[in-house]
Amino acid sequence: MRRLLGIGITELTVRIVVLAKQVPDPETPPSQFKIDESTNTVIPPNGVPPVVNGFDLNAVEAALLLRDAGADVEITVLSVGSDFVMDAMKKPLAMGADRLVLVDDSGLGNIDSAATVKVLAAAIEKDGPYDLILGGRQASDWDQAHVTLGLAEVLGLPLVSLVQKLELDGDSVSLQRVIPDGYQTITAPVPSVLTITNELGESRYPNLRGIMQASRKKPEVFSLADLGLSSDDLAPKLELRKLYIPESNKQVELIEGEDEADSGKKLALRLREEKLI
Amino acid sequence: MTSILLVAERDEQGEISQSTVQAIAAANGLVDSVVTAAIAGEAPASASALAVEKVVTLSSIDDADLGIYDQATAEISALVESTSPEVVIFSKSDFGSVVGARLAFRSDSAFAADCIEISNAGDGVSVTRPVYGGSALAEFDIVSSRAIITLRAGAYETNTETGSPSIEAFESGVNVEQTASVTGTVAEAREGVRLEDANFVVSGGRGLGGPEPFSVLTDLANALGGAVGASRAACDAGWIDHSHQVGLTGKSVSPDVYIAVGISGASQHMAGCSSSRAIVAINKDADSNIFKEARFGIVGDWEKVLPSFLATVRELKA
Repeated sequence: MRRLLGIGITELTVRIVVLAKQVPDPETPPSQFKIDESTNTVIPPNGVPPVVNGFDLNAVEAALLLRDAGADVEITVLSVGSDFVMDAMKKPLAMGADRLVLVDDSGLGNIDSAATVKVLAAAIEKDGPYDLILGGRQASDWDQAHVTLGLAEVLGLPLVSLVQKLELDGDSVSLQRVIPDGYQTITAPVPSVLTITNELGESRYPNLRGIMQASRKKPEVFSLADLGLSSDDLAPKLELRKLYIPESNKQVELIEGEDEADSGKKLALRLREEKLI
Repeated sequence: MTSILLVAERDEQGEISQSTVQAIAAANGLVDSVVTAAIAGEAPASASALAVEKVVTLSSIDDADLGIYDQATAEISALVESTSPEVVIFSKSDFGSVVGARLAFRSDSAFAADCIEISNAGDGVSVTRPVYGGSALAEFDIVSSRAIITLRAGAYETNTETGSPSIEAFESGVNVEQTASVTGTVAEAREGVRLEDANFVVSGGRGLGGPEPFSVLTDLANALGGAVGASRAACDAGWIDHSHQVGLTGKSVSPDVYIAVGISGASQHMAGCSSSRAIVAINKDADSNIFKEARFGIVGDWEKVLPSFLATVRELKA
């Protein structure tokens, strides 16, 4: 049975959960990207707040495009972590998602991805069922690209990765899956787990109305205990021993001509001198 | 003894891929390693000289599984269950990334993607992998009885070491009913040389300001006999097709010369081009990160720099 039939939600509503992760802003200038090697953590840069992983916003966008195409969809954004910054986490709501569900627990600050999958699966079992589970192709912090894939395994659901286009088609979804020199067309059943890639296109910017609506919405929050989990269930399989910034010893040779056009000419001659062209 | 299962891949000719040969070098670098290579389908000629103990062929995996990988995941899981390797190594390919991750969760093993090093650490194994889009490196100890890893191409040298492995077939008897089905494959039209194979790559980024300047980059690429690349920002903005994207989530290139025009040099972009012989940066912003990665640079407006650069290249090539 469906868990909740809220206002405007019917048995025909396609329920979509989008997995989202709060990450340090990947646009942080490299000069401000610093690591505390005593704790193996990234030092939050001054004045650069965290953001929702950009690839997860691609997944939010994918869900919104289904709505734009006329489907009756309910979009729930689900995140696992601690120290959530609401301004960041509400962005998917401002874009048009309906609900924000957070598993917020101090015990979730530094868990590995195997544990993350366990928590996500428990949250989905509690909050679901869902027709589609969407995740970004990878997270811009640890770049492991496997939480959504692992979730499909744990939930025993069909999986298609690197989806750049999707259309609902009755009880199935028609997909385009990116491969190195083109794409595959794939039909998958509902429910399925999909990872969405940035080839989908840029995620929309929230408009003022969306931002106002998001500001009024409150996240629904679960603790680990609410999900029947304890920190014992979250034993790591990988232990971070060292996190560091590799040193670069490259020295650029700047080409300077009388003006920019002259620099261009000198550059070509310099490359020839080095037998590079 | 460290028992290692290495999941081999093929190149376009159907022979063992370079990335697999590199993975064998990584596996043989571990203390007391005993390496078995598994390959889908019949063993190609190059398999019989691999520097491994044994080659196992998996006949139940065919092309119908490509992209979905349900059968490959089931078959390799069965092989892992019956042989209990401590480490399973895949190439960081589409196949390896999907099957490796699924196998890790199916077999309750640790997973580390896109590793650049695997080494002994005490009684166990540790791995190094780039994180934060390549801005940092992380070293992990595996604290699980089994580790599944994917290895980045080029992280190890293509070893010329050879061996004379026995070749055996493995049949799990598992036949997975496909949950999703591939109905077709569409190849993107491409003019000229393949981006990954090009000796020259001319790439544009956000600094170009729009789609039109890519025609200038194309002229330059044509003059050099190379290909056009782009940053993720330029692709996501729709200025050029995503098939041109270079970086962590795009293509990895290693040309003789990589010319980055209006590209800031974010780590995730550099992850796709840092193995180029020479990077040339053209950018208005002298503080841009690309100048820390480049061998040659011009601080200036590409609109003024490129025409004379192109004209001189044409003269030199004439």
